[in-house]
Amino acid sequence: MLTLCQALNSGLRRAMEDDDKVLLMGEDVGRLGGVFRVTDGLQKDFGEARVVDTTLAESGIIGTAIGLALRGYRPVCEIQFDGFVYPAFNQIVSQLAKMRARTGGRTALPVVVRIPVGGGIGAVEHHSESNEAYFAHTAGLRVVYCASPDDAHWMIRQAVAGDDPVIFYEPKRRYWVKGEVTPEDAGPPMPLHRARVVRPGADVTLLTYGGTVATCVAAAEAAAQEGRDIEVIDLRSISPLDVATIEESVRRTGRAVVVHEAPTFAGFGAEVVAQVTSRCFYSLEAPVERVGGFNLPYPPAKVEEEYLPDLDRILDAVDRVLAA
Amino acid sequence: MTTVDLADPPVTNPFTGTTDLPRAAEGWTQLVTPDGRLHPDVDVDRDALGRLTRDLYRGMRLARRLDDEAFALQRQGELGLWLQCRGQEAAQVGSVAAVRADDYVFPSYREHAAALWRGIGPADLLRQWRGVAHSGWDPEPYSFHIYTLVLAAQLLHATGYALGVQRDGSDTVVVTYFGDGAASEGDASEAMNIAAVNAAPMVFFCQNNQWAISTPTASQTRTPIHRRGAGFGLRSEWVDGNDVLAVYAVTSAVTEHARAGAGPAIVEATTYRMGGHSTSDDPTRYRTDDELEAWRARDPLARVEALMRAEGWSDETFLGQIQAEADELADRTRRECLALTAPDLADAFATVLSDVPQLLREERDAFVAYRGSFLD
Ligand SMILES: Cc1ncc(C[n+]2csc(CCOP(=O)(O)OP(=O)(O)O)c2C)c(N)n1
Ligand SMILES: [Mg+2]
Repeated sequence: MLTLCQALNSGLRRAMEDDDKVLLMGEDVGRLGGVFRVTDGLQKDFGEARVVDTTLAESGIIGTAIGLALRGYRPVCEIQFDGFVYPAFNQIVSQLAKMRARTGGRTALPVVVRIPVGGGIGAVEHHSESNEAYFAHTAGLRVVYCASPDDAHWMIRQAVAGDDPVIFYEPKRRYWVKGEVTPEDAGPPMPLHRARVVRPGADVTLLTYGGTVATCVAAAEAAAQEGRDIEVIDLRSISPLDVATIEESVRRTGRAVVVHEAPTFAGFGAEVVAQVTSRCFYSLEAPVERVGGFNLPYPPAKVEEEYLPDLDRILDAVDRVLAA
Repeated sequence: MTTVDLADPPVTNPFTGTTDLPRAAEGWTQLVTPDGRLHPDVDVDRDALGRLTRDLYRGMRLARRLDDEAFALQRQGELGLWLQCRGQEAAQVGSVAAVRADDYVFPSYREHAAALWRGIGPADLLRQWRGVAHSGWDPEPYSFHIYTLVLAAQLLHATGYALGVQRDGSDTVVVTYFGDGAASEGDASEAMNIAAVNAAPMVFFCQNNQWAISTPTASQTRTPIHRRGAGFGLRSEWVDGNDVLAVYAVTSAVTEHARAGAGPAIVEATTYRMGGHSTSDDPTRYRTDDELEAWRARDPLARVEALMRAEGWSDETFLGQIQAEADELADRTRRECLALTAPDLADAFATVLSDVPQLLREERDAFVAYRGSFLD
């Protein structure tokens, strides 16, 4: 059993052993092992040239990672907290994401941007944001969310081995949760772009990712006590989106609720609802519901429990789609 | 029909080993006065200097001809936009000629003269401005990255590339171009700082052409841009950017310094944008004719012509030959421009990621089917 944090660490270690072009870079990732210790011990084992404590400049981290990738390296950048990715927004959106298309497909930029994401850890402002919609809206990026130690380990390895830029979200409140990591010889892991049915069910489909996957599973367990059979799908990759898995499920259940931490207004859930509505319209028994953050800046820690989607708000939405 | 050889001409550096370069009263390094006199302290092999000057002149003259032709093509509606490099040929040719052909260049968007020197042809230089692509050429064979339009973003790419060079133990040097306006961007400061902290093998080459669209340099910076080098820990040089020999000598010195592992440098080349910012600009709204006239008197090509005349390095045959090459290049520019056709938008879907995911495939197929429905 490993925590999600340890599973990421072992995944990064394997990625570095597999390919000596892989570099880790970010603020305090070396000697300290990162503020969440995801890279703990890696600088000691791989040296300062491969685990780089960068200057304190996010645009600089991503911009130089692009240059390193052009030179043949595979940089894995850590952004210290979700709210600090914005200084790098230009380099991510205009440079990292677009280079392949701008060069007619010629120039790949295999850069992974790891972002500890989301709330639920009682943090101060700018340390609890869910900003995936900005990046999902940008062609040329893969945007993925790990939610379990097993996925954390295998998804980070796949992200590093792939040839596309990846925004790799790590839900902070799940860093310390333990779980099994599938061993090396257990066959190929699920492809990075696929959604996973984490709990099968027949009555309602909950579509979610990241920190709210566990909340949705808990909600489904609670609903099961009342005889409701809820399916939970962890989208894992929001861009590209595995619409086939979503479509198969919702056509079967006829009811769906999308759950994420980010504000629902123009949030990624809106895209999921649109896809579900146009693909499954004639199977739907009820309007697709969304549960998420409010259209507010992330609130102070003492009230974040009210802001975050919890079991009751999810079950409330489940009631609404079942009542229709 | 002759074809213009655009490959980087072999140039031997007559300044190797020269440590002290003369400065003009302004404080910048200058080897040739605006009226074409070689500074008396320039004590190098005259034959080698003559050959170098002729090569550089050819590069500058060809660039100006291409630039003029592209400008005309824009006015005739064949290009959507063009950003002239007129006036900056000495800064560009002098610097790119001073580095090795395998030293890696990250240009901004106006470095047509540098690109041409590296052998990048008219079709590749024009396609982006004709609106048929977002970039012009495959960087690898030219060691010359595509243009970057987001100001100063390429300075970080260059720095990262130099950090990679350093890790590889290669002796390549990375050169990046930027303007006086771009120098105000955060990415410029981040890049110079990161390069200095890591002793990255690179040169930050700033063409201070006095204007960022309508904003003069005085509104961008309180201290001269080259003086920032000291704050970051870069070797700093200030050069008369309209003196191609001075630019060449300064750039080769800082490049070899960086190649030897002694760290990065910033060069500020003081020059002038003789055209508008772009073909969409109207510079009469913000700058005076007097200013333009004063800089016309410092035209970098006229300076080399005067020098070559005074030193006996040029004759009618030489000038006639270059004229013929320039005319041929202009013809070729026009021909290649007109032959550039629009791409098929349906092909763009396969250039976004390493594969075409389901949703993107569906979008493409729906678009192709929709478009096809109009055909008969
Ligand atoms: C980040 C960014 N902001 C604004 C612009 C619009 N813009 C294009 S060129 C330019 C002026 C740049 O001046 P300078 O860096 O001096 O280069 P020059 O055009 O003089 O060669 C501006 C404002 C841009 N391309 N990128
Ligand atoms: Mg300028």
